[in-house]
Amino acid sequence: MSEISKEQVKHVAHLARLALSDEEVEKMTKQLGDIITYAELLNELDTDNVEPTTHVLELKNVMRKDEPREWIKSEDALKNAPDKKDGQFRVPSILE
Amino acid sequence: MSLFDLKLKEIQEKLHKKEITVSDLVSESFNRIKAVDSEINAFLTLNEEAAKAQAKELDEKLDGNVSPLFGMPIGIKDNIVTKGLRTTCASQFLDNFTDPLYDATVVERLNSQNTVTIGKLNMDEFAMGSSTENSSYANTRNPWNTDHVPGGSSGGSAAAVAAGEVFFSLGSDTGGSIRQPAAFCGVVGLKPTYGLVSRFGLVAFASSLDQIGPITRSVEDNATLLQSIVGHDPMDSTSANVDVPNYSEGIESGVKGLRIAVPKEYLQEGVDPEVRDAVLTALKVYEDLGATWEEVSLPHSKYAVAAYYLLSSSEASANLARFDGVRYGVRTEKAENMIDMFKLSRSDGFGDEVKRRIMLGTFALSSGYYDAYYKKAQKARTLIKNDFEKVFEDYDVIIGPTTPTPAYKIGEKIDDPLTMYADDILTSPINLAGVPGLSIPCGFSKDGLPIGLQLIGKHFDEKTLYRVAYAYEQATDHHKKKPTLGGDR
Repeated sequence: MSEISKEQVKHVAHLARLALSDEEVEKMTKQLGDIITYAELLNELDTDNVEPTTHVLELKNVMRKDEPREWIKSEDALKNAPDKKDGQFRVPSILE
Repeated sequence: MSLFDLKLKEIQEKLHKKEITVSDLVSESFNRIKAVDSEINAFLTLNEEAAKAQAKELDEKLDGNVSPLFGMPIGIKDNIVTKGLRTTCASQFLDNFTDPLYDATVVERLNSQNTVTIGKLNMDEFAMGSSTENSSYANTRNPWNTDHVPGGSSGGSAAAVAAGEVFFSLGSDTGGSIRQPAAFCGVVGLKPTYGLVSRFGLVAFASSLDQIGPITRSVEDNATLLQSIVGHDPMDSTSANVDVPNYSEGIESGVKGLRIAVPKEYLQEGVDPEVRDAVLTALKVYEDLGATWEEVSLPHSKYAVAAYYLLSSSEASANLARFDGVRYGVRTEKAENMIDMFKLSRSDGFGDEVKRRIMLGTFALSSGYYDAYYKKAQKARTLIKNDFEKVFEDYDVIIGPTTPTPAYKIGEKIDDPLTMYADDILTSPINLAGVPGLSIPCGFSKDGLPIGLQLIGKHFDEKTLYRVAYAYEQATDHHKKKPTLGGDR
């Protein structure tokens, strides 16, 4: 039985860049605990000599030449931006 | 009688004989949508003006055009990017994403075949869910009984085809999201082999599992639609560079001598007796057609759901980091600094299930837990994949149910994430193994809800799946039934 604490939930929420209300933290603590407890079913498996799957097909590194080509123009890339200025994406201040 | 009750080939013949026009086909779609979509809510965005203008242009270009999909009305799941056509993934975060800058590779390929995009289809937010109840806009309803869910996450894609609103559609499948709604709505849905169809322009959920695939009324039309979207794409480095066969060729050559494997784990406790009986009846049909079947074991099946949720959520937590409110999407007005802007925009924009999966994935990847959860799940994935490889040494195809039960009622499972997750038990192993899976209608419950038969094949052996599915379809009548909606009364 895996316990996950409210403090852990708050820490993970910060890592995930989510702001959770107290109510959401409460609910998430219970639900994540349940899901993780269920996932611990995997501990029944002896996987000492099992390689983890990184890709389902026999695939080697896929390389291509690093050549410039026509793609989206910067004025188009800005079309869906919530805020922009002087041809750039604009965001709130990073430093106080 | 709707034009969409005809087979693709029959419609093409009528077009070329000038008995009908592309404009007729496109009007058929929009008229039907106007008559019944208020009952099922399959569409999020309609492309009416552009589609009707395109139909007129295509009517001028018909002569000499050899595209097998010429002028066919198609619906696109709303996580597949369409240039200039709003693409929301059914999320409030992308509510204002009205002007995507490019077409997904699949959409580009369809456009070059002169299909007509009718609109964008509802889904669980970011494809996370199995009932379309996680859409932030509306519940799509099952055309066979509107109190029931259509399945998910491609619920809009399956419901629209079943209701005759479009001739066919595209969905995406990460753990069952094409096959399960196809089964619940009584249509044909394929999750192709991982890598067969380009993911470029599919808004990523779990990149090692996601595949785009076709949803249609008939098996043959499914093969034709798949044919038009497959093939290597330099824009997707995981897209496989393999020779593509002609999926329709030999589709009618039958199943004599076919060796079918039936995993005992897929007919165990938890599978509704009606579903089990429908599958066993289908196996009898295959016997009569000259195939043989034997019970086999996929011993690691019971671990698939746990491995699937750890892996898919881990990948999702990384993939959804791009939704930060900087370049597109909805940004909060409330934040005064950058970190709060990220946090508040994401918290306002994402629904509960999306937050839950991001949290689970972030936890499974976080320092101190990575080996115990993420890596353990990757190892379980290897065992699950090996199970399939072993069975395919001796058998041509694996057959079982697509879902443990027919479509359940709206609201029945939405408050309990684990109960909802458990429903992926028969579909998620297929994504983990990367093999193809096809769901076809195989009967109805006593309540009149469709039941789906799942055919699972070897990597890149979609051709066998289609041949096997076609033989069953020709021998049975389930696919000929249609749901009755208010517009029909």
